[in-house]
Amino acid sequence: MLELQNIHSYYGKAHILDDLSFNIAKGEVVALLGRNGAGKSTTMKSVMQLVPPRSGKVQFMGRELTGLPAFRVAKMGIGYVPEDRRIFTDLTVLENLEVGRQPARDGAPTWTVEQLFGIFPNLAERRMNRGKQMSGGEQQMLTIARTLMGNPALLLLDEPSEGIAPVIVEQMAHTIMRLKAEGLTVMISEQNLHFARAVTDRAIIIESGQKKFDGTFQQLEAHPEIRDAYLAV
Amino acid sequence: MAFFLAQILTGLANAAALFLVASGLSLIFGVTRIVNFAHGSFYMLGAFVGVTLMDILPGHVGFWGAILLTGLAVGLIGAFVEIVVLRPVYRAPELFQLVATFGVILVIQDLALMIWGAEDRLGPRAPGLRGVWRIFGEPVPKYDIVLIAITPVILFALWYLITRTRMGTLVRAATQDREMVGALGVNQAWLFTGVFALGSALAGLGGALQLPKGGADLLMDFNIIGSVFVVVVIGGMGSLPGAFIAAVIISVLNVFGVAYLPQSTLVLMYVVMAVVLIVRPYGLLGREEVAGEHGQVGAPERPIRPYGARGRMVVIALLAALALLPLVADKFILTLMIDVIVFALFAASLHFILGSGGLVSFGHAAFFGGGAYAAALLVFHTDTPMELAFIAAPFAAGLLALGIGWFCIRLSGVYFAMLTLAFSQLVWSLAFQWRSVTRGDDGLVNIWPADWLNATAPFYYFTLAMGVGGILFLRHIIHAPFGYALRAGRDSPRQAEAMGINVKRVQFAAFAVAGAMAGLAGGIFVFSKGSVFPTELEIAASFDVLIVVFLGGVKTLAGGVVGAAFLTGVEDWLTRLEYWRLILGLLIIAVVIIAPEGIVGSLRTLWVRIRHIEEEEAK
Ligand SMILES: Nc1ncnc2c1ncn2[C@@H]1O[C@H](COP(=O)(O)OP(=O)(O)OP(=O)(O)O)[C@@H](O)[C@H]1O
Ligand SMILES: [Mg+2]
Repeated sequence: MLELQNIHSYYGKAHILDDLSFNIAKGEVVALLGRNGAGKSTTMKSVMQLVPPRSGKVQFMGRELTGLPAFRVAKMGIGYVPEDRRIFTDLTVLENLEVGRQPARDGAPTWTVEQLFGIFPNLAERRMNRGKQMSGGEQQMLTIARTLMGNPALLLLDEPSEGIAPVIVEQMAHTIMRLKAEGLTVMISEQNLHFARAVTDRAIIIESGQKKFDGTFQQLEAHPEIRDAYLAV
Repeated sequence: MAFFLAQILTGLANAAALFLVASGLSLIFGVTRIVNFAHGSFYMLGAFVGVTLMDILPGHVGFWGAILLTGLAVGLIGAFVEIVVLRPVYRAPELFQLVATFGVILVIQDLALMIWGAEDRLGPRAPGLRGVWRIFGEPVPKYDIVLIAITPVILFALWYLITRTRMGTLVRAATQDREMVGALGVNQAWLFTGVFALGSALAGLGGALQLPKGGADLLMDFNIIGSVFVVVVIGGMGSLPGAFIAAVIISVLNVFGVAYLPQSTLVLMYVVMAVVLIVRPYGLLGREEVAGEHGQVGAPERPIRPYGARGRMVVIALLAALALLPLVADKFILTLMIDVIVFALFAASLHFILGSGGLVSFGHAAFFGGGAYAAALLVFHTDTPMELAFIAAPFAAGLLALGIGWFCIRLSGVYFAMLTLAFSQLVWSLAFQWRSVTRGDDGLVNIWPADWLNATAPFYYFTLAMGVGGILFLRHIIHAPFGYALRAGRDSPRQAEAMGINVKRVQFAAFAVAGAMAGLAGGIFVFSKGSVFPTELEIAASFDVLIVVFLGGVKTLAGGVVGAAFLTGVEDWLTRLEYWRLILGLLIIAVVIIAPEGIVGSLRTLWVRIRHIEEEEAK
């Protein structure tokens, strides 16, 4: 469904992603693991063309993404949840969701505001509150719900468990499992190995923008040296 | 009491057009973060298009239909301008955007001249609303009452659009985080175009609605821009209710000003603004701005170094040539060169705060004209000897800069630009309206230099010494620790603070130095011309010098000087052409889009590239 071929991405002169390639199949839930600064967020931004790769290809459902503006990528069915959440703090919860709304799409689950309020009951209670009045965990839920309003076929979740309370992390894990059950394809960037193992099928490990491992968690368990070298445990 | 009420009603009626124009500007700024200096031009277009349509369309339906059609037409023109001129510069530094919109002003001015001619048009009366209604015995024009009724309707419509529709929600979201809105699948390019078109349409509507009370002329664009900026600054940039409140305050105040203090109507507006800003730096309903999304002067740049041996040779050769010029040149050339040097010093002083300090001042003419006026006033009223009056010019301008800087330095980016513009307007309005001292637009005349300088060649040497001295002085400061502190504050204020630099104080000092040097240029200017008029303080004068710095190139120290020489040189034949504004405007827009490094910057890039190719070939 998503295919990265030999991606090289830069911030100015800094070479961040170095010949990165991987595939994600439909219905898979994949973890993108790596330490701080490994390039996880940059990978997601490169898929979204927010940081367009200087060379290499990104294909989604057989269509080329490289060079498209970000809004086209989103319209093709990729939902992006940034790590810093970036909710619209001056807008209410309902208005935030409205910004994310896109028409229904074939081959992807369709979401309504009420369904999302079912998944995230906290948001339902605060529907008329402004974004800035919400706690970190609530903001994290809002940013996911907002992206789901676009009815994406592929969801890119950048560190959903970062900086939120353990109870909420657990709730988040349930949510992701629910999304998987709906048939959504998901890529999650994570540092929290436990969280990743609980919700995903496969791990891709990167370090300095290069792929170091790609396989199941059983395979990863068999190679503790990889885990020790590239993940902060 | 009844008179009082009638005055208030007149003020409210005048607020209608002002609010429409200001709300458009505010809306555009809120979303695109571009301060559209060409907004007054859309207002002017609205008036001209409106007059034309009202001539064609008869009766009630024709009149109101013409107004609506005008809004539509001006909105379309706005969309066109946005797509062609602004889209390429959204990511450029603020200065480039401001300069681009200034190019648009020039183009529209000449296009309007071509289409409608130079004659003022009187607006037609609104059919069925010609007379007056008596309110407590006082006559109030019927059309005024209609305007008063219309304004809240428009405010409500805008409020509804912004807060209750999907488009409005997207617009507000984009105001906060455009990139995220894009990542959620919204094509923000069209959102921006839409907002710009709407803002322009509002300005056009304002121009058409005021027709029965005024008319259409070619000065409307600059005449309204001062008050519109005041309204937007007082209300808080990006706030529609703020614009409404401020438009009402300013208009009502103006009406009472005309009734009770007819000499100070213009000044009053700026005084109110200053008071509001002391209490609330971001306006009544504005909010603090987070530091610029797009850096002030763009991408990281080469460090500015003192000239090497070769560079120094060139400068010395140039100076020698200038010193020998009177031996070969005639009076005409020398006079032209005096103009060039004066303008070069003026431009260098702006370049100093703009290039090194990152402070985009839109009111630099206040200091040039301020210096000129200070010297002229001394000579005119107290017969001060020229030498003394001349020395007073930079001091007075420096003091003025300290006063204005005290308000402005607290802000940054576009707020700073707007505020400097507004303060320069304050100085202008003083010169224009305080007739007993400044003689208003009759100007101060017979301000001639002392006898020993009262010939072209000696005055040329005097100018050369002062001008070159001033420019070298500025260069010297840039390479002194003060200059490094200034640049550090521009590039990363936080880091500079951490290093123990008091960024705001350094900027304040730099602003005062730049003001003093502009005043020095003004001092030379007034004695070279023998007179000074309020035009030297106009917005257009501030824009001229900005354009010069921009055309020369912001990132090179020589930029201002080269730009001044270039513009003064071409101005002479350019202004002989009928439509020189159109040409200059198109040139400016082209430079912004195609060669944003300016003349010096582009030449240097070219030079580096050629040398590179030569080196490659040598291998
Ligand atoms: N806007 C930027 N400009 C320049 N360099 C950046 C920028 N954003 C990230 N980097 C650098 O790129 C590298 C990769 O960053 P990235 O954010 O992709 O890492 P990450 O794996 O997401 O880390 P984290 O777990 O901390 O979120 C880092 O070295 C970082 O310093
Ligand atoms: Mg990250």
